[in-house]
Formats: sequence, C-alpha cells, structure tokens
Amino acid sequence: MSELAALALIGDMLVRATPLILTGLAVAFAFQAGILNIGAEGQLLIGAACSTAITLKFGHTLGAGIIIVSLIGGSFAGAAWAAIAAELRTRFHVLEVISTIMLNFIALYLVSFLVRGPLQEPTHIYPQTETMPLYARLPTLLSGTRLHAGFIIAVLAGVAGWWILQHTAAGFRLRAAGKNPSAAKIAGKINIGRTTRNVFLISGALAGLAGAIEVHGVTFALYENLSPGYGYTAIAVALLAGLNPLWVIATGIFFGALEAGASALQRDAGIPVTIASVIEALIILIVLAAGSIRSLRSLQSSIVSNESTAEIA
Amino acid sequence: MTDVISPFLEGAVRTATPLAFAALGETVVERSGIINIGLEGAIICGAFGGLVASTHQGTWLAIVAAGISGMMVSMLFAFFVTRLRSDQIITGTAISLLSLGLTGTLYRQLYGPAGSALTTATMPVLPVPFLSSLPLIGSALFSQPPITYVLYVLVPALWWWLYRTHAGLGLRAIGENPEAAIAAGIRASSTQFAAILFGGFMGGVAGGVLVIAQAGTFAEGMSAGRGFIAIAIVVLGRWHPVGVAAAAFVFGATSALQYLFQTMGWDLPYQVFLALPYVLTLLALAGIAGRVRAPVSLGMWIQRG
Amino acid sequence: MAEPGPVSSALELRGISKRFGNLQALSNVSLVLRPGTVHALLGENGAGKSTLMRIAFGMIKPNAGQIRIDGNVVHLRSPRSAIRAGIGMVHQHFMLVPAMTVAENIELGGRGFFDARRSAARIRQLVEETGLILDPLARADSLSVAGQQRLEIVKALAHHARVLILDEPTAVLAPAEAQELLTLIRRLVQTGRSIVLITHKLQDAERFADDVSVLRDGKLVLSSPVADVTVESLARSMLGPERTTNRTQGPTEQRQQHTSITPVIRLEHVDVQRKSSPKDLRNISLEIRPGEIVGVAALDGAAADLLRVIAGRYKPAAGKLITPIRIGFVPEDRQRDALVGDFNVSENFALRDSGQRRGRMPWPRLRREANALIDSFDIRAQSIDTLARELSGGNQQKLVLARELSDNPAALIAENPTWGLDIQATAEIHSRLRAAALDGCAVLFYSSDIDELVDLADRVFVIRDGSLTDVERGAEAIGNALLGSSTLT
Repeated sequence: MSELAALALIGDMLVRATPLILTGLAVAFAFQAGILNIGAEGQLLIGAACSTAITLKFGHTLGAGIIIVSLIGGSFAGAAWAAIAAELRTRFHVLEVISTIMLNFIALYLVSFLVRGPLQEPTHIYPQTETMPLYARLPTLLSGTRLHAGFIIAVLAGVAGWWILQHTAAGFRLRAAGKNPSAAKIAGKINIGRTTRNVFLISGALAGLAGAIEVHGVTFALYENLSPGYGYTAIAVALLAGLNPLWVIATGIFFGALEAGASALQRDAGIPVTIASVIEALIILIVLAAGSIRSLRSLQSSIVSNESTAEIA
Repeated sequence: MTDVISPFLEGAVRTATPLAFAALGETVVERSGIINIGLEGAIICGAFGGLVASTHQGTWLAIVAAGISGMMVSMLFAFFVTRLRSDQIITGTAISLLSLGLTGTLYRQLYGPAGSALTTATMPVLPVPFLSSLPLIGSALFSQPPITYVLYVLVPALWWWLYRTHAGLGLRAIGENPEAAIAAGIRASSTQFAAILFGGFMGGVAGGVLVIAQAGTFAEGMSAGRGFIAIAIVVLGRWHPVGVAAAAFVFGATSALQYLFQTMGWDLPYQVFLALPYVLTLLALAGIAGRVRAPVSLGMWIQRG
Repeated sequence: MAEPGPVSSALELRGISKRFGNLQALSNVSLVLRPGTVHALLGENGAGKSTLMRIAFGMIKPNAGQIRIDGNVVHLRSPRSAIRAGIGMVHQHFMLVPAMTVAENIELGGRGFFDARRSAARIRQLVEETGLILDPLARADSLSVAGQQRLEIVKALAHHARVLILDEPTAVLAPAEAQELLTLIRRLVQTGRSIVLITHKLQDAERFADDVSVLRDGKLVLSSPVADVTVESLARSMLGPERTTNRTQGPTEQRQQHTSITPVIRLEHVDVQRKSSPKDLRNISLEIRPGEIVGVAALDGAAADLLRVIAGRYKPAAGKLITPIRIGFVPEDRQRDALVGDFNVSENFALRDSGQRRGRMPWPRLRREANALIDSFDIRAQSIDTLARELSGGNQQKLVLARELSDNPAALIAENPTWGLDIQATAEIHSRLRAAALDGCAVLFYSSDIDELVDLADRVFVIRDGSLTDVERGAEAIGNALLGSSTLT
C-alpha cells in the first residue's frame, strides 16, 4: 500500500472516530451516572440541525468566527434535547430508555421536515440545506484526507472528561449517584435530582457537539441520514471502554476503523456495510457476558462473606 | 360522516394489530419482572423471517415463521438476562441493534443492494359475515385480515391464563416478589425464560403482520420503533391484557389520524403524522406517571433460583 | 440401613458440614427433632443457625451429612422438594407477595387451574383447625406484621407441612403477640406437627421449647431437653466459657451529667410526618447534651423517622429543631444507604459531605486521612483500595462509623448500629461509641435490642403512640413501655 493510501485510510478512520468518540463520551458520562441515554442519536441530529441553521443565518455576518458560535450552539441544542428526557424522568418518572429513543425518532422527522421545508437549499430540488461556505468549515489536519480539527476537539473532550470524573467533586458526585443513589443521597448528602439533570445536559451537549462537528467538518450541509447510527454505536464504544473517558478515545478509534473497514468491504467484496452494526452489537453482548461472569463471581463471594459474618439471625 | 369515521376506525385497528401483538407478549414478560427492550429486534426479525417464508409458503405459515424468528432472537436475550444476569436494558438494546443490523445485512445479501423491492402476496381482508355489516364498528372490527381475529381470541385467553391458572399466578408472583415465588417452589428463571420466548414469538408475529398483512414487502428498519411504543402501551394498559389491547387501539387511532386529516382537507407536513405516535408515547407516559404501579421487581434480577 | 419401626425423629440432621469459600460455616452438626415437640435452635448471630435450617429447607446443599425425615434419608434439591417432603419454613423476612390476596399467597406454587372459591374454603378449614384468624380475600400488604406471620404459618400448613421451621419468629412481635404465638405453637404441636424454632434469645428457648440445641461458631455445643438445663448453662454455651451474659458494661460513671451545659440537640414540639405509617409523631421535645448517650426504642420504624429528621435528612412537619452543623449519621442499612459497594475505602470516606464540596477532589489528603482512620479504628481491609463490598459486615460498619466521626462532629446519630453483627464486632462498635461520647460527642441511637439499650445508653426514651417518653433504664421497664404502644391487631 502506498504511503498516500495508508494516510487516506488513517484519515478516514479518524474522521469516523470523531463523532464516535464524542457520542461515546456522551453515553459514558450518562451511564456512569446511572442514566441510560440511548438518545445520543437524536441529540446529535438536533445539534447538527441547530449548527447548520446558525451558520446559514449568521455566517456572512460573523465570517470564520461562526464556527465557534455554531459549535457552542449545537452543543446547547443537544443539551436542550436531552433536557426533555431529563424533565420526563425527574418529574414524571418516565424511563429514559424509552423517552430518549422516542426523541430520536422525533428528531429524525424534524430534520426531514427542515431539509424539505424551511432550511431547504434554494433550488428546492434536493432534501438538504445549502452547502456551507468555505470559511465555515473546520480546517483540515492532514492534507489529502478528510481529517479535520474536530478530531482534536474530540480527543481533548475525552481527556477533560476523564479529569472531571476522577478529580473534581462534581465528577465524584456523578459516579456516586450512578453506583448507589441511596447512599449518595443519605451518606453523601448529594442532590440526586440536580446531579441527574446536569448529567443529561452534559451528555446531550457532547452528542450535540458531535453533530455540529460532523456538519462543519465532513458533510458541510444538513440532510437526512446524516448519521449512520453514531448514537447507537456509541453504546458499544462506551461499554467496551468500560465507561472510562480516556479509553473511549481508543475504542472510538477502534470502531472508526471497524466502520472504515466495513465500508471498504462493501466496496471491494460487496458485503453490506450493515455488518458493522452486527459486529458492534456482538461486542456489546460479549462485554456484557464477560462483565456478568465477573460480577456473578464477586456477587457469590460477597454473598459468602455476608452470610458468614453479617448473618442476620 | 360515517364514510369518514369508518375508514378511520378500520385504519386504527389495522395499525393497532401489530402493536397489540407485540404489547400483549411484552405484558406477559413484564409481569414476570423482565423488561425486554429487545422487542424491537423481535419485530424486525419477525418481519424479515416472515418475508423469507412467504416467498416459499402460504401466508399463515409465514406468520408462524415470523413468530419463530422473533422467538429465536429473544432466546439470546433470555439467555443473557436469566442465566447470565446481564443488565436487561443494555442487553435489550444490543439485541435490537443486532437484529436491525442482521436483517439489513441479510436482506441486502439475499435480495441485492439496489433492493429490487421484493414483494410478496399479502393476507387478504376476510370480512366476517353479518358482523362486518354492523354500523360504524362493523367494518372496523370485522373486515380485517384474519390475523386480527386471532387477537380477539388472544386477549381473553391471556387474561384467563394470567388470573385463573396457577401458572399465571406464579408468573405474576415472580414479578412482584421473586423471593416469595422461589420460596414457594416456583422455578423463577425458567418461567422468565419461557415468558421471554412467548414475548419474542408475539413480537415476531407483529413483524410478520407488518409484512404479510400490511406492507407486502420488507424495508430495513421497518419496525420503526414499534417495539418501544409497545412497551409504552404496556404501561398505559397497566400490564393487563384488556387494558393493553385498548391502549394499542388508541395508538393505532393516532396514526390513522393522518388519513382522517387528509380526508378533511387539513394540511399538515407529513412528518407531523410520522412523529405523532412517538410524541403521544411521551405524553402518555408522562401523563400516567405516579398513577400506575408496575410489577415490583420489574427490571431487577433475582439472586437465587 | 434403618429398619422400619417406631419413628423416633420427625426430622434428623446428621453430621452436617458446610463451607463457604474460606469459611467453615458448619462443622459436623447433628440435630434430632422428636415428633410432636418444639426444638429450639439457639445461637448468637453468625453461629450458623440460619445456614443449618436453609440446608434443611433445601435452599443450600451441604458439603457433608444426611437429612432424614421420619427416619428416611431424603435428598433435598430445592425448596420445592423440601415442601414435598413435608417441611415448611417461615422465614424471618416474610416471603409474601404484598399485592396478592391471602388465598393467592397460600396457593402459590400449585398446579393447574386456580379456583378462588375452592381455595377460600380450604383456608377457612385450616383457620378452624388452628385457630388462626385470616381473611382469604384480604391483600397481604393490608395485614399487620403478626397477621403476615400467621399467613406464613398457614401457608406452610396448607402445603401439608409436618415439620415447621420458624426463623426468629418473636423478633417482629410485640410481647402480647409473642404470647399468642406460643399458644399457637402449642396447639400445632398437639395436632401432631413438630417445630424447629430458630432464635438467639434464651428466653424464647426456655418458654417455647421442649428440647434445645446450641450452636456456636458452626459447631454443636449442647443438645438436651430444656428441662435438664439452666439458663446460665445455655448462656455459657452460646457465648463461650470466657464471656458472661453481662455484656460489656460501659464506665457510665465517668461521664458526668453536664446538666448545666447547653444541649447540642434540641427539639421543641416537633412533629414528624411518617412515610411508612399513618401514625405521625407529634409534639416531640428532647434535649441531648455533649457526652451523653441517648437510646430510643420503638416499634415499626418510628425511631428511624425521628432520627432521620434530627440528622437533617428529612424536614420536620412542625416545631423547632436545633442541631449542630456537624452531625454524623449511621443508617441502618449500611450497604444501601451508607456505603457505595463499588467504591474503595478511601472513596467511601470521601463521600462525607461530598454534596457540598466544590472544585477538585484532594485525593492525596483524602487517602492519607483514610489510612489514618483504618489504623485507628482497626478496620480489617487489605488496603484503602479495597472495595467496600469486599469487607465483612463488622468492618463495613466500622468504616461508616470512622467516616462519620472523622471530623469530630458534635453529634452522632445511629440507627440500630450493631444489627446483624457478631458479638465481637458489636463490642467494638459499642466501645467506639463510648469513646466518642467521652470526647464530647452527643450520641443518639435507636436499637431493636432492649439489652443493647440498657448496656449502652445513659438515658432511654420510648416512642409510643406517636409521642416520646423517657423511661427507666431497665429491660422490664422498656419492654412494658413498648407493650403499651402495641395497637397492632
């Protein structure tokens, strides 16, 4: 393989990894807090939609600076989308698994409506928005590839995420609430409701950021099928990383490679690219099986130690 | 007026049928304490299995094949959740993802990526003599593909089984207090396993209905979240067969609103109607909050037995 | 093998041994239950009584030994086979389905079709036979605790149990109800059934049983008809030759009653709304001074609600509550409410006040403090990186106590601090509490064990019919005061 081809492959891999790392972080944060956010997909789409709208509306006023505004706006939008599920959970006890998936579908149709309606490109032929002007696109990192600065943002987010979880009081509260909300509330006097809401927001913001970065770095427009299921792959990314933000960077890249490879397989061998989802789901199951076996063993040993020493009559 | 209402009700029952099958199956599963988010996977596997079978067999056998497809993928879920004690929600999500990817891959492999849209004969509407002539509801309830009539028998049968047999009593006990059930000699894990298989079969049948009694073809992801909507229907129906059937009908009616609006000449972007069931799910779940009591042990796992 | 002949035992356990990992829970234990008698199985918490009876009920398989019913060897693979063999068990924590009716609970585990009317008739027949009052159509969660216990007994009888195992039945009963239980047991035995009574209370063995077996550290140390032993010899067998029934008495004289010093906890006309009971607490007034140890006794969880209000976890419905800024709180269910099992020792230490903390987590300092506390409280853990769920119950409780006392709070509130702990751990917790009081901490605790209240507390209060009254520091006085509050039917 020529050097150019190798570079292209790496570039492709890291480009795909970028949204996976960010959504993987979104899921990891949420899962660590005991919140099953399956809505990264929808939050990503909303973030992408909001970013695109901001850029198209204000891009010519702000020039290159629009990127920053747009990325922040996309994050906010993702957080707001997640906030819906947060309210439904804290106030109405709606299982977030169901509500976030419902919101995924609603987001999908919302984007469909936008790209065929208010945000549609001027000729009104294609279901997509106008293409973004050059100054609104993220700078490329590796010439000859699509690798863009968003990858750096993703890696930084991973490192920051790890640091926050391990070394800040807020991160500690998040982890405690996730592992044992009752003890967190009673022994730690942690406000579970507030912690839950904040985690939803952070998770949604990360997924929204993923969408915004995709739009500014790869697609340069909003259209349907923007995401080939990043939000769902993110679950596999997060679980395989053991919910550790630093490891999410690694697993994000791994899954990026997987999807790049699947893409190549479809091109060269005709194997449908959907095989990647199958592999991802199998990875989740393997992680679950391994974890179950481990926790079954430790459960058995803790039953032992509790039965023998803390025998309640 | 009747020529607007009647087709609307017909459409409601039509849309409700697959939802009802899936939700009734899930009701049994959740009464035993398990929440199967993988129901979506059972539905899409059923749809695909039903399609493949219908190209070789008649419609009824294809429905059964659809049920079996759903049951097989649920067996994986049952193994993970009752034998390995994996987290139910994550396992269910994985099963759904697996099923969507698997059916997509197989469909493209078997029938080509360009998707020469494979069509199959559908189950025709079979009007029940006399009953289908009843005003207003006659055509809605009794002018349907016969698979819907199976539903009318299934609901009372399930009700009777849950409340009038020891097997049903035992299953409900597992959902309320697994330790008590085990202490009474009930084999909790095996019962849950069997319940999940039943729920999977029902989910598969739901998928089969989508293909064989409605669309006549398969499309990737055609389950479109129905598995999750079915779970919401179970909550709204308060885990009772009759309530669940009624809730399914309400959801079917919501989807059928699209046609009602169109006939009335009210013009809304079609995405609104597509999104409506999902919005309704959210509203319904929020509205019912605090007023329903789920089976106590739902979602938790058992430590012995 | 044994020839058929007159049956000398309804249930016989021969040479039962059971090992859990590194721990030998039972060593070569034998027990003979004579037909038509009550046999008390006596022992301290952790002695192995529950394990032995779980084996008899088919819940656990022994590593060695035999089980015989009516002289025939049986292999019990599950509770189902034990039930089929005629053994019934009434667990300490009831195995009832709260949302189901009495009839449904009794019928659970049957086969075929469920006929509500036929089962109601059967229940009425059992009610007549045993004198137990039960309404077949009542929901299990509407019954009182004593009623639920009756339901558990009828459930066992309905499955044709000839041998009944009762696990700590008096633990949940008021003294009057315990008397009713005694009458019931006597009546059951007259109808030909045989009963094993698991208990850690000497008095129960004395009152209820014909024979008694004592377990200590997994070994059988005594087995004899009750008539042939004295209470002292039973106590000595239970506790071991070095210890006596007089639990470690604290140096109460050394802690003077500083009546002139400002109380550190003060309640004035406080009302507490209770979640688990309609009977709210009204007009509670209380003062606790530094260095005092105050104990509270109550039935059905009333004390817990009061303590949580004082500890600042719930708000009082009315009244004035003055508490110090730094309060330690030791909840009853340590694994659910006090510790995060998957966190290690230092992380669990860090839980304290983590709700208020801002900015960075000072791990180096926290870890140093954790190490120091492990040493000073003698917590047996591999290191501060050991996970909390890997510690024994006693060490977990010490961990919680160490954490709550770590910043020298002015008050410590403890819910049933030694529940479920063995004798040694209990003694250690008691000495830590006394040491804290000596340092000036005001200790308020609640206990379900009257003896513990007498041992540990300087003053004792009883919650009765929603109000708080102080009571003489003696077992009889406390028991009588509680008895007055028993309005359970």
